Amino acid sequence: MAGCTRRCQQGILKFLQCLHRLVSGTLSKDKVDDELEMTMVCHRPEGLEQLEAQTNFTKRELQVLYRGFKNECPSGVVNEETFKHIYAQFFPHGDASNYAHYLFNAFDSAHNGSIKFEDFVMGLSILLRGSVREKLQWTFNLYDINRDGYINKEEMTEIVRAIYDMMGKYTYPALKGDVPKQHVDAFFQKMDKNKDGVVTLEEFILACQEDENMMRSLQLFENVL
Amino acid sequence: MAAGVATWLPFARAAAVGWLPLAKKTMPKPPVDKKSRNDEILFVNVSGLRFQTWKNTLDRYPDTLLGSSEKEFFYNEDTQEYFFDRDPEMFRHILNFYRTGKLHYPRHECIQAFDEELAFYGIVPEIIGDCCMEEYRDRKKENQERLAEDTEAEMATDAPLPPGSTSRERLWRAFENPHTSTMALVFYYVTGFFIAVSVIANVVETVPCRPLKGSVKDLPCGEKYSLAFFCMDTACVLIFTFEYLMRLFAAPSRCKFMRSVMSVIDVVAIMPYYIGLVMPENEDVSGAFVTLRVFRVFRIFKFSRHSQGLRILGYTLKSCASELGFLLFSLTMAIIIFATVMFYAEKGTKGTNFTSIPASFWYTIVTMTTLGYGDMVPNTIAGKIFGSICSLSGVLVIALPVPVIVSNFSRIYHQNQRADKMRAQQKVRLARIRLAKKGTTNAFLQYKEQRGIQDGDSDSTALCVKNRSSFEHQHHHLLHCLEKTTNHEFTDELTYSEMCMTESVGYRTSRSTSLSSQQGLSSSCCPRRAKRRAIRLANSTVSVSRGSVQELDTLQVQKSATGHQSRSSLNAKTEDMKLNCDDRDFTAAIISIPTPPANTPDESLPPSPGIPGILRNSRSSTYTQETVKISSL
Repeated sequence: MAGCTRRCQQGILKFLQCLHRLVSGTLSKDKVDDELEMTMVCHRPEGLEQLEAQTNFTKRELQVLYRGFKNECPSGVVNEETFKHIYAQFFPHGDASNYAHYLFNAFDSAHNGSIKFEDFVMGLSILLRGSVREKLQWTFNLYDINRDGYINKEEMTEIVRAIYDMMGKYTYPALKGDVPKQHVDAFFQKMDKNKDGVVTLEEFILACQEDENMMRSLQLFENVL
Repeated sequence: MAAGVATWLPFARAAAVGWLPLAKKTMPKPPVDKKSRNDEILFVNVSGLRFQTWKNTLDRYPDTLLGSSEKEFFYNEDTQEYFFDRDPEMFRHILNFYRTGKLHYPRHECIQAFDEELAFYGIVPEIIGDCCMEEYRDRKKENQERLAEDTEAEMATDAPLPPGSTSRERLWRAFENPHTSTMALVFYYVTGFFIAVSVIANVVETVPCRPLKGSVKDLPCGEKYSLAFFCMDTACVLIFTFEYLMRLFAAPSRCKFMRSVMSVIDVVAIMPYYIGLVMPENEDVSGAFVTLRVFRVFRIFKFSRHSQGLRILGYTLKSCASELGFLLFSLTMAIIIFATVMFYAEKGTKGTNFTSIPASFWYTIVTMTTLGYGDMVPNTIAGKIFGSICSLSGVLVIALPVPVIVSNFSRIYHQNQRADKMRAQQKVRLARIRLAKKGTTNAFLQYKEQRGIQDGDSDSTALCVKNRSSFEHQHHHLLHCLEKTTNHEFTDELTYSEMCMTESVGYRTSRSTSLSSQQGLSSSCCPRRAKRRAIRLANSTVSVSRGSVQELDTLQVQKSATGHQSRSSLNAKTEDMKLNCDDRDFTAAIISIPTPPANTPDESLPPSPGIPGILRNSRSSTYTQETVKISSL
């Protein structure tokens, strides 16, 4: 009942306003406010020297990286939408948005919803020039969605599902049944040494170091830049 | 592939490290890529156009790109200059800003391009000088409005329905967009026809027809053929009622629907009929009933659902309602003023028509709109003077609202035209986008095929290698890594649908094989391959003669084997043979796709070169009959 009276009052008010506008002949209000809200978030990275010290890249590499980064994101930060868009372009077959989301969180060390150039370059430095342990730690962080130090089955299932989503619908052999779940089960069988249902960082690193295939593949990505 | 994402590719490839723990196979080798500071005068090279400026000039605004240390990232050691790969014309304005402190907006440039340049150089547009600020603001607002209109038109209800929509939603869609289904279109035209019939009937029934025999007076046709007209009216009203009830049922929000203009018109159109049915044949009441029939003419407004032009007109009037309202008000003021004046001027005359001020209203309106019926004429001199002033001012006042309405109408009309054009081009655009997407997938699939050939014969690499950019190499490598991680391959739509079609053919037969239970877990869409695997196992464990016969049958059905299929099937054989030797365990639900024969450097694949050699030779002939021969070995 209170809502009804309020609506009535609002209606009457609007009618009076209309009448007033009719008589005085004022034009519709110009939306001045939102135009000047052109505040651009502009972030500038630290100096070249500092970044060179903090990462394993040379000055030239950093220059190249930054130029590309700045070209794409003049404002100096990448937000999640842009990220998803980029990944959608790389994987046009399927839906890359979920995986892009998790990857974004892995890079966004400050958890503020945007990746600055420093985050970008630190992540790349670990992935391309880091030690084996650092790379595995980064991967562990990627899988550990809630950052509690443990990977449980749900987190892993989400990640694996996101990866399979990127493949899209048209795959050979076709994705029938709950393929991600089986993949996760196989993964846990390999990684979870003490069978307690979660994988800790140490278990993860140990299991990965035992896997020769993986160790070999890790080396392959070093000359990406 | 957009060139913009090229810069992100190394990043995406580096992030592929995250897939490694999940991958069951080793990643493929990446493609090898042979190729990566007093007061002084600084050289700035913008896409070839060299600018020179003092360092101090740039340092004036330290919170911009050129003024801060950010420009060091763009310094080129070899040529000792700062190189920017941007528009040199725009850079002139940017640099002028540093020099004079005033930023100007070049009128011939696109507003968005200008904004992007400003964003790149870290300059906020607020500091545009007063001379150019208004132009900038206007252009920006116009652009934003146009973009908003375009996105609204895009999100128009032409998008295809989600598959899980109820019948109610579909009904509503059919009503709102008649061109989506033929049924809706038929209904649309039928209602249109009946509206026209009803309106014409209303008009015709008042035309005087020839009188009945024996009567002199002319009778309106409505009374002469009253039964016929009544039947027609009933039919129309029934259809309108039915339509209204259907719309009411299908509407997503019934309250909102009932308050909308069109539904009010619908109700008003059919109400008189029902009221007439209910009302008794009473003399005094039927007089009121007759006036109600006037409302039947509102049926003509139902046409606005059918005619877009009418809707545009209505929308125009609504959008310039405030201007019209104000003008109406000022017109009323003028009428009252002149009517009063005329009344008092003509008060003295005997037998004058200007009996009261309200009576003079009629004279004023007729004069101001330059109609001049002549039924009321001033006689006194004062009256004539004021009458002429009235008609002259009337011309001005009446002419004022017309441009407002016209400009609004033209704007809305053009916007509508643009929406229609966009909708028409949308299909072409979507088709082209789909083609481009397929092109990417096809490129990757082609690349995979060629890798199969390439890695086999090192001599013929020269023949097979296509001219592909390093970007494409790297991108394909990335997709390859994803395939390895998930153990599934990318295919195209055709192959996938073909595989799924054979399911219905072979499914029944596959169940009959005794190995079907074992195959249950191995989720394969194509039972042909499943059965071939069954044959493999049969050779080693259980003998299923029936299965092989059935397989041959189904294989013969599949006359058309594309290159891709045969290749994969051949590879399936490699894998199966390997599994045969090593691992009979089929519980792993992932169909491990076999690695292309000579791709991986690891020696974990026991079937050595001999088998791939055989398979490769037979690859040239892609008939299934040949593959059958191999399978029976």
